[in-house]
Amino acid sequence: MSQALKLDDKAQELKWVGTRPVRPDGVDKVTGRAKFGADFNVPGMLTGKVLRSPHPHALIKSIDTSKAEALPGVKAVITRDDMQDMASEFVPAGEMLVNYRDMVRNVMAREKSLYDGHAVAAVAATNAAVALKALKLIKVEYEPLPHVIDVLEAMKPDAPLLHDDMITEGVEPKPSKASNVSKRVEFGLGDVAAGFDKADVIIERAFDTKPVHQGYIEPHACVASYTEDGQAELWCSTQGHFVVRTHCARMLGMDVSKIRVTASEIGGGFGGKTVVYLEPLALALSRKSGAPVKMVMSRDEVFRATGPTSGAHVWVKVGATKDGRITAAEAELKYQAGAFQGSPVQPGCMCAFAPYDLENVKVVGYDVVTNRPKVAAYRAPGGPISEYGVECVIDELARKLDLDPVEFRLQNAAKEGTHAAYGPKFGPIGLVETLDAVKSHDHYKTKLGPNQGRGVASGFWFNIGGETCVALNINEDGSATLMAGTPDIGGSRASLALMAAETLGIDYDKVRPIIGDTSSLGYTFLTGGSRATFSSGMATVEAAQEAIRELCVRAAKIWEIPEDAVVWEDGHAKPAGKNAGDFEPMSLADIAKMAGKTGGPIVGYTKINAQGAAPSFGTHLVDVEVDKELGRVTVVRYTVVQDAGKAVHPAYVEGQFQGGAVQGIGWALNEEYVYGKDGRMQNPGFLDYRIPVASDVPMIDTVIVEVPNPRHPYGVRGVGETPIIPPMAAIANAVADALGIRFSELPMSPPKVLKAIEAANGAGD
Amino acid sequence: MSRVVLTGNLKQYTGGVTELELESANVRQLFRALAERYPALAPHLEDGLAVAINGQIYQESLLEPIPPDSEVHILPQIAGG
Repeated sequence: MSQALKLDDKAQELKWVGTRPVRPDGVDKVTGRAKFGADFNVPGMLTGKVLRSPHPHALIKSIDTSKAEALPGVKAVITRDDMQDMASEFVPAGEMLVNYRDMVRNVMAREKSLYDGHAVAAVAATNAAVALKALKLIKVEYEPLPHVIDVLEAMKPDAPLLHDDMITEGVEPKPSKASNVSKRVEFGLGDVAAGFDKADVIIERAFDTKPVHQGYIEPHACVASYTEDGQAELWCSTQGHFVVRTHCARMLGMDVSKIRVTASEIGGGFGGKTVVYLEPLALALSRKSGAPVKMVMSRDEVFRATGPTSGAHVWVKVGATKDGRITAAEAELKYQAGAFQGSPVQPGCMCAFAPYDLENVKVVGYDVVTNRPKVAAYRAPGGPISEYGVECVIDELARKLDLDPVEFRLQNAAKEGTHAAYGPKFGPIGLVETLDAVKSHDHYKTKLGPNQGRGVASGFWFNIGGETCVALNINEDGSATLMAGTPDIGGSRASLALMAAETLGIDYDKVRPIIGDTSSLGYTFLTGGSRATFSSGMATVEAAQEAIRELCVRAAKIWEIPEDAVVWEDGHAKPAGKNAGDFEPMSLADIAKMAGKTGGPIVGYTKINAQGAAPSFGTHLVDVEVDKELGRVTVVRYTVVQDAGKAVHPAYVEGQFQGGAVQGIGWALNEEYVYGKDGRMQNPGFLDYRIPVASDVPMIDTVIVEVPNPRHPYGVRGVGETPIIPPMAAIANAVADALGIRFSELPMSPPKVLKAIEAANGAGD
Repeated sequence: MSRVVLTGNLKQYTGGVTELELESANVRQLFRALAERYPALAPHLEDGLAVAINGQIYQESLLEPIPPDSEVHILPQIAGG
């Protein structure tokens, strides 16, 4: 394991960590040279297309592909008959356990179509026009069934059942009848009834949120090439190519070693590229056709067939004394999972009250299937939904108690030693520091204009480590090639190169970081859980330390002194004191030049299961202005404050903060899936599903708090997920401040806001 | 002896018990001891759980040492997006 540095002592000595150099992949990205998923081509490649169900819920009685197969130019057609059925088995994937029985049915519908856009067949043809024509020739006989879209409707006893064998887990006694509720979970501490008895003020409110998509700009894309000897290569846009390999090997019945997966550059993922959709189909089509197959989703397909995060119904109740101490907190969360079980309701329950030091707390969650695409991870899965409700109620409670919302939070804030509402004690955490930073920020003191309001909200996410490999090759000219297995979605190559340069004592520009394919490194878990800079960073430091040990051994051999008489300082091997002899220090380049003649290549290789991840807390401050005639809410000022542990590359930490805030603004104000009565999505495109564009948002100000994680060599905490948690509540609180109207449904889009203003005006007349 | 706390739905498999004292040198031994005491819990210990030892969460880390007199929480595994 890495030895943690005492950062306070080392802070002045850091040369590279904490600086802002240009990212190693930057030039390729701004010149268009970088290869994203759809940019990859191989000779003789076919085009693959997917036939998708128009029915939200239907039995698939038969599929006739004969006419499609007979069409000139069609090389392969696959259906459920080409995908082996799989037993029910849960495996970790992304933020939740995934059931292969469900996964194979999500990739290709089997007995039923369970949502509009569900894949029912796929074609590989010589070009896209032929493939699309072939899709039209496939005859699918459906028997439409009643469908259910809304989570509360799906929980009713008479709701249409998606899965006849779904018996709710977590309920005693075990139900005898099937339902759409996959499981009930419960977390808690103390006695909430007794806690509420001690409260002087109690606020209780229900909230509804809509499913929202991660909104990555790059659609899913891959190229698969299956060879005659049963091996395969796959190039794809993914957050975790090792995980893709595992899933594809299982679904195609192949040895893991026979699939080699290369991750392309990735145009956004935010959790949505931790699962597979096209990849198994492309491999199956390639296997059947004997040619490479390329598949690229359209935006319509991305919306209709890939996972957003859950929509939900959230009920929250919090009680406090007159002097502002919370005595009890309770919540009930009902999350849509989409067509198959596995919403992020469990982490939603665990996160809900995590920012607070509570003696009495209870959270109950329900995982509910509906006729929508299966949800996928989306930054801090589950957390934004539950914490939205909680942070709105906290704000309302502060107002009712006539307390400053930041002071109220400070009075109840979790700190080191607090038992989290989900059980364990927190180590060093920075929530109080983020609240203090908000309180002292110029933004918090600035006077608001007419029709403006100000809101605050805090947020928490766990962060994780996990299996990670890194190889660090010291090249003969003194440069270093760093190979990591975590796809770079947020600037991690830059942060890893900085940590390698810092540890080795060489210039940042001398380190070239790349992402290795699945045959080049040992298993490495995906980029998710805010783990890439933490875990691959920890592995990078260990690999550099291993290389340094070898560099010292080589210097000792060259100087003909004992190995322990050599130390590494400032990128040089030096004799350890006068007794070791009087030698000129040797630089890394000096030793690397002689590596071949002194024992061979110098390589640091690390394989770890990184432990010691530390949570990150953030607090957001936002000003909005409401146009009372149009109902439009405009964000006029926004400040993100978050604990990063140590910002290795502060510009990319700030980028994560800003990106989370902007996605949250979309979630709060505009984004939602709109379904017709026919159960079909009506807005599967960026014109109608409105994510924020540059003109919708102000410059997002950022403040990086650094409470070091003692378990990381440079004090790193993950930062990628926490920024998506506070925006929805912060904006709702700001709107409530501006209008005196508490919205309990997202998004707060102009029609809803206008309706509420008119209702309030009417009530006042 | 360590104080072991079972969170979430695990109490369903222990007859409602959520806290107990156990002596285990590492996570694997802890899981074995729990499985012996509560056979219904055994299948649920194999996957999908994390262990917090004195507040630090460990995942997929069966050989992690548990110091004497630790506070141990068993909770659902966490990942992310």
